[in-house]
Amino acid sequence: MKQKNLELAVGLFVALGLAAFFILAITVSDLSSLGDDKGYRVTAHFENIGGLKARAPVTLGGVRIGRVVGIGLDPQSYEAVVTMSIDPKYDRLPTDSSASILTSGLLGEQYVGLEPGGMDSYLKEGGTLKLTQSALVLEKLIGRVFTNMASGDPTPSKTP
Amino acid sequence: MMASLAELGRFVLDRLGRLGRANLFLLQLLRALSFLFRRPSLLVKQLHAVGVLSLPIILVSGLFVGMVLGLQGYANLVDFGATSSLGTVVALSLIRELGPVLTALLYAGRAGSALTAEIGLMRATEQLASMQMMAVDPFPRVLAPRFLAGCIAVPLLTGIFTAIGILGGYLVAVVQLGVDGGSFWAQMQAKVQLLADVGNGVLIKSTVFGLVANWIALFEGYQAQPTSEGVSLATTRTVVDTSLAVLGLDFLLTALMFGEW
Repeated sequence: MKQKNLELAVGLFVALGLAAFFILAITVSDLSSLGDDKGYRVTAHFENIGGLKARAPVTLGGVRIGRVVGIGLDPQSYEAVVTMSIDPKYDRLPTDSSASILTSGLLGEQYVGLEPGGMDSYLKEGGTLKLTQSALVLEKLIGRVFTNMASGDPTPSKTP
Repeated sequence: MMASLAELGRFVLDRLGRLGRANLFLLQLLRALSFLFRRPSLLVKQLHAVGVLSLPIILVSGLFVGMVLGLQGYANLVDFGATSSLGTVVALSLIRELGPVLTALLYAGRAGSALTAEIGLMRATEQLASMQMMAVDPFPRVLAPRFLAGCIAVPLLTGIFTAIGILGGYLVAVVQLGVDGGSFWAQMQAKVQLLADVGNGVLIKSTVFGLVANWIALFEGYQAQPTSEGVSLATTRTVVDTSLAVLGLDFLLTALMFGEW
């Protein structure tokens, strides 16, 4: 009887431990990160990707439809090549959709936002997004403001 | 001058010898593991001793660590209006670092010291020697079941610690402080990755820590001077050495897993 109780307690302990792993897998992490390879690959060329990182989300209308799987540089055009894996559920993206690199919130992480186009043909494995908009680089923006100010724009404060 | 040099030499040689003996000990231990397939009841008894009996301290500390993380995270994030990422903060810090490390430290204090004392006393009272007299090898009968049970128990305890910690963080953040429950879980799920975080953090780290903690505990017990003083010294050394080893290894593993080089 003693041995029986012991086995029961150990069985409960192991079950509890496995359940904890199960909970961590299901509710805490997203299982979809396992299914990366199921999606189809689409590439896009950007002039500047800012702080975009691999595994950043790809969204359309705010809905996550895939993730960035690779970032490279095109040796000919010196443009950044971003490879995205799109969930096969969303296989009806027009070929003239555009991609832009956006920032979630003021200081949040960067992600790729897609805008659907109007063509009747749809993106497939290995497709390319032609219309892209680079990341907004804060330093360049500030630099532009300064050069505008230095070049003496007729602003109301300067008029006597 | 010469004396102090000799002292240093003796210290280094002593340490090296210890390291060598510890490795031989581990080899013997691993070789004896196959015996457990024939006598799994030995394993069950040890799993109860090191696993089930460690549950209360793991559950309580996990819950409180999670709650403290929730409170501290909230106090810092509320300034930036970023309390919705509290779930990410709690989950990532528990999964990547605190869960495995604190579980290993608690395990060393709760079960590792007990293992050392038990084996050390067995040696002091010559139980191991008398087993050898009867041509019974103490490795498969006494040491291997304790080692394997510990190596199984630590990852399971880590999983339980982490899960209950996240629950504690949820209790404080959502139930008490009024963070939105939906974004708590959603942000957590968006940022925590199964293989990169849970796999690396909880699974691999805790397996390594479990191996090291039990190895040190059993080795110290086996090497203890057969006196009451020797056993007490060995027990202390188990806790100190395991803590240092776990913290050092944690840095190494973190650098390998999450460092960007």
